Amino acid sequence: MKYTKHFSVLTLFLLSALSIALITPAFAGHMSESSKSAPLAIGQIFPDEPIRGQVSPETKAYLGLDASGQGFVLSDLTAQVVIVEIFSMYCPYCQEEAPVTQELFSLIHTQGLDGKVKIIGIGAGNTQFEVDVFHDKYGIPFPLFPDEGYAVHKACGEVGTPFFYVLAKDPKSGAYVVRHVQEGQMEGAKSFLDTVLKKTGLN
Amino acid sequence: MPKATVAALALALALLALAPQTRAADTQQFQHSIYQTALLEPVASVLKVKVGDPLPDFSLPATDGTRISRSDFLGRKKLVLSFIPAAWTPVCSGQWPGYNILEDLFAAQDAALVGVSVDPTPSQHAWITQMGGLWFPVVSDFWPHGVFASALGILRPEGITERALLIADKQGIIRYIDVHNINTRPDLGKLMQALKSIP
Repeated sequence: MKYTKHFSVLTLFLLSALSIALITPAFAGHMSESSKSAPLAIGQIFPDEPIRGQVSPETKAYLGLDASGQGFVLSDLTAQVVIVEIFSMYCPYCQEEAPVTQELFSLIHTQGLDGKVKIIGIGAGNTQFEVDVFHDKYGIPFPLFPDEGYAVHKACGEVGTPFFYVLAKDPKSGAYVVRHVQEGQMEGAKSFLDTVLKKTGLN
Repeated sequence: MPKATVAALALALALLALAPQTRAADTQQFQHSIYQTALLEPVASVLKVKVGDPLPDFSLPATDGTRISRSDFLGRKKLVLSFIPAAWTPVCSGQWPGYNILEDLFAAQDAALVGVSVDPTPSQHAWITQMGGLWFPVVSDFWPHGVFASALGILRPEGITERALLIADKQGIIRYIDVHNINTRPDLGKLMQALKSIP
């Protein structure tokens, strides 16, 4: 009798555990693949392909851009470190990753790194309307830019999405150099930021 | 503790440890299951309807086991039909996951969205399930093969449909047609602009 009771409890535990495990989404590290993916290597300069789209006064203030003009190139920025997320409104893994990117932005703020580390998103194949939808849907706190013709996407290796380039500014040339890449979803915002700081020498 | 109990506990823990990896493998399997297609002729059919025509009547099976008809929307909602050429193909597998975050935008325009393809229902079900589910219904124009698409003039010679978007107003009159290049994704902004302009 006692054995039967033990077994019933364990069976219940087993079934509950399996149910929880099977219904919980687990896409960590996953991405929408690109058959032509050839990411920039560590140490390579991130190309100064024009980044287009609407640049609001808030975005200009955040990125430290000159008040005139709409487009810019990455080397116009002055931050020591820039994290570039290549994403798409249509990519379900990017949709899932949105809260983690929000957390990353918050962590940068709470650690007092606002002036040193900036984040931007490039919407591969997305129009201004589509990146705006993504921005509004998920309350993304950093600027997102359209890349309707895939120009930036092609210039930076036609990577799958989401993909994160961690770039550090070379004080001599002003160019941004690849210091770390994250293919697919992060394991977590905190561990990713720790890696960013370590790889860029900000820690 | 009896040996059988210990064994059951060990089995439970082992299965717990394995379950997420199994799901991860499934997701990767989905990515690898997408059939890579070559570039196709952008449009390979001739439209049989135009803006201002009544939307041809249809009644097609949905993946939830119901049937969906034109009459379900008459007098109630604007109807957006999103035809995709085939399940398990790259552009199609990117298009509907994008629409999957737009339920509130369609609702704001008093519009219903219905996805259509000529794939059989079980194949649609498997594909949609692997996507993680969709909020809008998906219907099958599989049999008689492509009869609805053919009535619209968007059934291609190879038996798949064009990548097309149509909007019918609440009276069932076609107000917008975009028979898109089959190799590329339609611009969402144009679709939403059209929806807004239709009363």
